[in-house]
Amino acid sequence: MKVNIKTIKDITVIEAEGNIDSRTAGDFEKATVDATQGEDKVIIDLSQVEFLSSAGLRSLLMLYRQVKARNGKIVLVGVSEEIQDVMENTGFINFFTLTELLEDGVKELS
Amino acid sequence: MATAKAKTTKAKTKAAPVETAILDKSITDIRIDYYPTHEHEGVKFRRGHAMPFGATTVPNGVNFSISSSAATACTLVLFDRGADKPFVEIPFPDEFRVGDVYCMIVFDLDVERLEYGYRMDGPFAPELGHRFDKSVILSDPYARSLGGRDTWLAEPNWDDVYPYRSRLAFEDFDWENDHPLEYPIEDLVIYEMHVRAFTKHENAKVKNGGTFSAIKQKIKYLKELGVNCIELMPIYEYDEWENSKPNPVTGEMLVNFWGYSTVNFFSPKAGYAATGKFGMQVDELKTVIKELHKNGIEVILDVVFNHTAEGDHRGHTISFRGIDNKTYYMLTPEGYYFNFSGTGNTLNCNNPVVRDMVLDCLRYWAADYHIDGFRFDLAAILGRAQDGSPLSNPPLLESLAYDPILAKCKLIAEAWDAGGLYQVGTFPAYGRWAEWNGKYRDTLRKFLKGDEGQIGEMVQRIQGSPDLYYYRGPTASINFITCHDGFTLYDTFAYNEKHNEANAEDNRDGANDNNSWNCGAEGETDDIEINFLRRKQIKNALAILLVSQGVPMILMGDEMGRTKQGNNNTYCHDNELNWLDWSLLKKNQHLFEFTQSLIRFRKAHPVLRSSTHFTHTDYVGSGYQDISFHGTNAWALDGSPGSRSFAFMLDGEHAKQGAIKDDTIYVAMNMYWEGLSFDLPPLSNGRQWHVFVNTDMPEKEAVNTLGKEPRTDSQSHVLVGPRSVMILVGK
Repeated sequence: MKVNIKTIKDITVIEAEGNIDSRTAGDFEKATVDATQGEDKVIIDLSQVEFLSSAGLRSLLMLYRQVKARNGKIVLVGVSEEIQDVMENTGFINFFTLTELLEDGVKELS
Repeated sequence: MATAKAKTTKAKTKAAPVETAILDKSITDIRIDYYPTHEHEGVKFRRGHAMPFGATTVPNGVNFSISSSAATACTLVLFDRGADKPFVEIPFPDEFRVGDVYCMIVFDLDVERLEYGYRMDGPFAPELGHRFDKSVILSDPYARSLGGRDTWLAEPNWDDVYPYRSRLAFEDFDWENDHPLEYPIEDLVIYEMHVRAFTKHENAKVKNGGTFSAIKQKIKYLKELGVNCIELMPIYEYDEWENSKPNPVTGEMLVNFWGYSTVNFFSPKAGYAATGKFGMQVDELKTVIKELHKNGIEVILDVVFNHTAEGDHRGHTISFRGIDNKTYYMLTPEGYYFNFSGTGNTLNCNNPVVRDMVLDCLRYWAADYHIDGFRFDLAAILGRAQDGSPLSNPPLLESLAYDPILAKCKLIAEAWDAGGLYQVGTFPAYGRWAEWNGKYRDTLRKFLKGDEGQIGEMVQRIQGSPDLYYYRGPTASINFITCHDGFTLYDTFAYNEKHNEANAEDNRDGANDNNSWNCGAEGETDDIEINFLRRKQIKNALAILLVSQGVPMILMGDEMGRTKQGNNNTYCHDNELNWLDWSLLKKNQHLFEFTQSLIRFRKAHPVLRSSTHFTHTDYVGSGYQDISFHGTNAWALDGSPGSRSFAFMLDGEHAKQGAIKDDTIYVAMNMYWEGLSFDLPPLSNGRQWHVFVNTDMPEKEAVNTLGKEPRTDSQSHVLVGPRSVMILVGK
């Protein structure tokens, strides 16, 4: 699992790559928490993520809660259909705004 | 090593300053029990906590705790998810044992991938009640989820050394502001359903058909119908492969479809979850419950605490038998299993250890899953002593009734068992328990098919059975005419006899006393008159059910004329015999609308939902008794043996014991084969009679729009057609 951080305008964009599961969720959390410290506009680009386990889904929700506590907003980008299905079935999807493309995510937060 | 990191953990010496300690996360670092003291094959562990039972995450590790009254030793067995072999087996050092409880904290485990079990050593002496076998890896009775049957009917590895694998579950679900709905029980309209059967049929047209998740896609339907409570047939983990066999005629696999055979009481059935293959069934089920609550629908679970899936002495050892056979099961003096459940064994519910497990389990489902209530399968067993004799004051039932966590949960008993104990009306209630009223079903069916001599009993049944529940009130009576056991409502009027050949038991299984009537031809027919009569009978049944005092329960699909082709025991069919065919909704739209209208009517009229019994007096000075009974002559009930018709009137001024003013409701039921003229009781204050239901009318005309009911042609009498029900509103 790899995490790249970049900034578009005032938005922090986190690009994840690989699977986010119990083995990698800790690293993912650390990287994202550090990168979003004090930020209130966050995009997580999951287009290179194939699988999110229960632990992975919880990392996302934890990040959502932290950003939301600052009245910030978080958008998930490029979530595969399969992961969307899992998120729908387990209720996690209800917390997030999803867009297909990064530019739509940027628009959403601009 | 897959799941245990072999890195060395050193105790941190830095402690937080005292004044900031409470706010400082590092306070957690100074507890010494967060660090290991022992090591076995590279896995670090220490003495654990005896409570709570099961596997619980603690800082840096997992606490394991399990009890056995007769084991001589216990070993914890840990697997990486799906692995053929355990990555470690750690014998509990004797100093870790507290009384009969073995407890241990193991560190640095990957809880998401962990599967755990136990080996218990001890005597194999069936005559003394012991059946220990340390070669078997045993499931934890307190496991929060189970692996091994992750996808419905996916072929398991039959040679697995550990087929039903205990797992942990994330228990941090975000419920937001959800809360059990806590409707007064008399306001419920219960819909009994099977998770897989509800949406598996292709005509259900849902994504992930047959799963928990798919229920969400039918919430709109449930709301349109108007039910405000669903009762789920068993969803505790069971093995659909149990006793599976090919049908000798068709070759189709017969399986355990219904699920009345629990493998683990704390785990939801993974095979019912679209995400079961990812181990996310806990989150999926909670999401469905949250969504149902958001839409005003309660969730009751059908729970099976009378036996387990381990069968009799020839059955598989999965968990309980190998952990503490004598504690968990009722045993004969020779060490065989009592069979009050009809399925091989009987859970020893009034043993204090088992009683605590049942209580822990229900508390868990109420608190962690926000379950609104429980229906207890063969609940009479829960009132039997350890030797099988019925108890007058069963401690388990008392504990459940007075438990603070379960205080607002509905508790519903199936008040009989397969050992001959029939307690409808006498089930120990402690002011809390309601019952599936089997006598309601039997009486209604006999009356509906035109049996003689039913009026006396019918008078009781429509009042909430005060003859059975005089001191408990009508809310003790769950009224139903059909349930998963037995015929559907359509089949009740399409078959005289059961047709269970497809079960491959030579039609021997299933009840013979169905009190059904085929209306003139056995099974499907083109006869227009017979089909009209069948539809009318279904409406008669639904109409009476929904105007009876007590709590109505409808069987999934009866509102659209579901058939099981005369099979009254479809426990083994994963096919159209059980799957609800949603195309029936279009075919029988009028039936759906009829049911929907009756439910709306019930909700609109509090006089139909009394929480107390009628007094048969006029205590509000309206000039009418709260309830009065009539025959073809007003004020004159004909209860003679040959009578097949009667009517009752509920005075609206007495609704909710006079607290609410409602319309007056008059219901005439004529199960005689010719039409009868009923004299109507006169209404005071210029009110007039209006027709809400006349089941003798064709299809859609059988029911009128709520609130827009037309006046009756005559205010002095009505003609109630042959085998028909009329509901009038006085306003």
